[in-house]
Amino acid sequence: MTDQSDAPKVSSLADLFAVAYQIEVDAVERYTMLAGQMESHNNPELAAVFRDLARAEGIHAGEIRRWAGDMDVAAHAQQVAKWKKNESPESADLDAVHYLMTRSEALQMALAGEERALAYFRHVLASVTDPAVKELAKRLVEEETEHVELCQRLIRKYQEPAGKPAPDDPDPAISQG
Amino acid sequence: MNAELKVAHKASDYKSDIAPIWCPGCGDYHVLLSLTRALAELGLPPEQIAVISGIGCSSRIPAYTNCYGFHGVHGRALPLATGLKVVRPDQTVIVTSGDGDGYSIGGNHFLHACRRNLDLTLIVMDNHIYGMTKGQPSPTTEPDFDTALTPGGSGLRPFNPLVIALASGANFVARAFSGNVSETASIIVDAIRHPGFSFVEVLSPCVTFRPDQKAWKNQVHPAPVAATDDPARAARHLMSDDGFNVGVLYRGDRQPYRPSFGGTTCDLAELEKEFEI
Amino acid sequence: MAQASSVSVAFLGSGGAGVITTGGLLLEAACSAGWYGLLTRSVGPQIRGGEAAAMLRLAAHPLDCHADHFDLLIAVDWLNAQRFALEISLGPHTLVISDPRGGEVPDFVAAAGARVIEIPMKEMTKATPEWRANMIALGAAARLLGMREGVMQELITRRFGAKGTTVVQANLGAAQAGAKAVANLELPVRLPAPQAGPTKRWRITGNEAIGLGAVRGGVRFAAAYPITPASEILEWLAPNLPRVGGVLVQAEDELASINMIIGGSYGGAPALTATSGPGLSLMIEGIGLAAAAEVPIVVVDVMRGGPSTGIPTKSEQADLNIAVYGLHGDAPHIVVAPQSVSDCLFTAQWATYLAEALQVPALVLSDQFLGQAQAAIERPADAAFVGQRLTASEFAVPYQRYALGGTDVSPMAIPGTRGGQYTADGLTHTERGTPTSAATEHRAQLDKRDNKLKRFDYGDHWATLQGRGKVAVLTWGSLTGAAQEAISIARADGLEVRLIAPRLLSPARPEQMAAALAGVQRLLVIEQTHSAQFYRYLRAHYQLPSNTRVLHGAGPLPIRPGDIHRELLAEKAA
Repeated sequence: MTDQSDAPKVSSLADLFAVAYQIEVDAVERYTMLAGQMESHNNPELAAVFRDLARAEGIHAGEIRRWAGDMDVAAHAQQVAKWKKNESPESADLDAVHYLMTRSEALQMALAGEERALAYFRHVLASVTDPAVKELAKRLVEEETEHVELCQRLIRKYQEPAGKPAPDDPDPAISQG
Repeated sequence: MNAELKVAHKASDYKSDIAPIWCPGCGDYHVLLSLTRALAELGLPPEQIAVISGIGCSSRIPAYTNCYGFHGVHGRALPLATGLKVVRPDQTVIVTSGDGDGYSIGGNHFLHACRRNLDLTLIVMDNHIYGMTKGQPSPTTEPDFDTALTPGGSGLRPFNPLVIALASGANFVARAFSGNVSETASIIVDAIRHPGFSFVEVLSPCVTFRPDQKAWKNQVHPAPVAATDDPARAARHLMSDDGFNVGVLYRGDRQPYRPSFGGTTCDLAELEKEFEI
Repeated sequence: MAQASSVSVAFLGSGGAGVITTGGLLLEAACSAGWYGLLTRSVGPQIRGGEAAAMLRLAAHPLDCHADHFDLLIAVDWLNAQRFALEISLGPHTLVISDPRGGEVPDFVAAAGARVIEIPMKEMTKATPEWRANMIALGAAARLLGMREGVMQELITRRFGAKGTTVVQANLGAAQAGAKAVANLELPVRLPAPQAGPTKRWRITGNEAIGLGAVRGGVRFAAAYPITPASEILEWLAPNLPRVGGVLVQAEDELASINMIIGGSYGGAPALTATSGPGLSLMIEGIGLAAAAEVPIVVVDVMRGGPSTGIPTKSEQADLNIAVYGLHGDAPHIVVAPQSVSDCLFTAQWATYLAEALQVPALVLSDQFLGQAQAAIERPADAAFVGQRLTASEFAVPYQRYALGGTDVSPMAIPGTRGGQYTADGLTHTERGTPTSAATEHRAQLDKRDNKLKRFDYGDHWATLQGRGKVAVLTWGSLTGAAQEAISIARADGLEVRLIAPRLLSPARPEQMAAALAGVQRLLVIEQTHSAQFYRYLRAHYQLPSNTRVLHGAGPLPIRPGDIHRELLAEKAA
């Protein structure tokens, strides 16, 4: 079990909805930002991959909102969905990007995010006692497991052929100031 | 839903629509996130905040926020911010700089801003290199780091900006790591709230010229002792830390410099009286 | 004794003799008696105890320059006085009062053929220890000038009252003794009786006038680093700005000063700094930033001898080049220059007004002569030039800080105004202010900043234009007074000479200058520089008559009315 001491404590259904929602919203924001980075660095293929990921996460966020019914998950998330040191699990690691990264690498990033989210929800499932909350946690674990599998499929689909050289940029860096 | 309820600010309220041109993988993306989250936490309207910078990759930040901003000349962000804060104490003034802009050409102003102790917050994104001009050593670069201008390394010991800030009179000294986004955000909130001159050095890796800095995320660790208000004790800690201690390291209680401006005025004719024959 | 239009007095002394104080007291006394005066000083390099000269000219009308010669020289001692030989020009008509115990009378006194009378000031102070030699000298000078004894008594009582009756009595006694010592002497010239005018008069230095003018123009924030000979501007602003709700911050260096005032101005407060040549050199980059980001600032340069550290306590006009041409890139900005102590007030106020109206840096080229001269002037009229910055409270989305069109002055959002958030930048930018390297946008913004200055109506203040005639004098700054005096002497000789003295040096005014020069056949350019900077500037921007000559020279000796008059006679003969 991974260390979840940084993560927000969840004690109610409202809490878990809020946190799950925030995780997806953060992911949308992150992938949108990465799409922008790739666009300004002239890598439209990667920009498209990140936009697709953003769209997918947006759909997940919408689903959670629907499951929550009348609850104002967004407002509640502002109160409870706080990570102490790191970011929420599906926020792609900004350090792992590079303007020459490949589609496969981007998907690895996404996979890592889904795996972190899965680990978190498993932790919640193991630690809560309230049956309604447990029910939701179970549902979220199932969802994330599906996402993990989807990422793995996509990675296999877009695997680079063996022996292909890593992309490189023959031009030197440009002094801008 | 009560429509009169004030909507709390979100971090995205503080971001402008201008896409940053930093290299993907740059630590400054994290810092922008931390800064906007910090501003959201503080809840100040964007027009009451000014982000002032000099020249360098990190100095591009003002235009990426939705606040007032000034992208000044190399090394002179602190005096720009000082002038603004003196005439506009109502504005929250944040200075963003880098290790070259802030410690080399800006070194003198760094000393005097710490000493002056105005209510300012300085955030330096330190990547131990000059990124924008493609890779020369900065005052915090390791002595053996090979660059085009210093083949084999400069041979000069890097200096310790936190100790210098403390010695010069800064009222709040902290180190953060860009990768710890939430932690950095809360350090920035703390810094802004703390009266006087607050200095936050953020270790922010340069993906293009310092790929070795990917290791930083494994080297940073929480500071082993709590922040102190005793400058001598803080100095001892800072002089013996490994450069990767993260957290608030000094929280002082020096009286901030708050010159009065814009108060009631006398008639201009009063000023002439001393010349009358 | 002939009535002269003015009488000139110099006091010399060293090592704590207090001659500068004496000069100040004599000016003050003369002013309260109704005369006008001009007081300057010359000093050695020591902080204290050095050799010093106070030079005073008095008349019944305002004075903007020294005369060619001194009528009276009182030397408390002659230590190192040879230093002042060229500045204190004497003639056979000069009365020199010397202390027999004051050291050897220097060569330049005898060489001038001046009459030397001895007064044993040192011995007198030995006999009456509470007397001071400089007060004896003061009494003597007042008597020789024909001042009523009551005037000096009243002044001494007022000035020294705070130090107690013993000091007042001692100084009164010394001054009386000095007057008595010259009772049988007469100056060959006498001042005309002072006019009792209805106008209010001031006694003020050029530096003080700059400070007050800037405050009248709206300046409320100053940041500066001390430098000779500009520090008195800061010394006046430091206590006086807070009285009008402003503040002065002493910066750690000039690089900080210039950027602090840019920050303060960006925050909405008209802002100023004051420096001299070496400081201006440091500020050049900052001034360029203000030009590019269109932030109004006022930068006063009280010019001193250059280049480099030069002569800190002397005057020259050789910062013209750096003021007009010093910014890298094409960065049009305002440069103005006051022409007299009184004009320092107007010009500083006007500069503030122009900076704010045009959102541009405005440089004020004063000099050590004007800055540190104390003069009696008519109270300057209230001018309607108060800084009015074009701001906005409603904005397009996104706000176009550097929008083109109209007067090319675009409204500036002040921090705190909702919806007006923008990032000011030294980088070339779009109308919105976003950095760009595109040619069209670069040119568009260059045009904007050029046009806004060129299109502006500066009115008649751009230059002082006087007189008619085919001969003209073109000069600027502190030499204007000497030129005016030379011209009026020439008129008495039957030669009509025009004066053209630009107050606005940048941007150039080709149409207006052409009109001012229309009909001029012979032109005399006058300036205090070694390399004729002003002449070359004129050649660069204006059509000059083919018969143009330059009278130029480095400081520290100011070009005098006599020097100019000699040149004008040569023009007449040609």
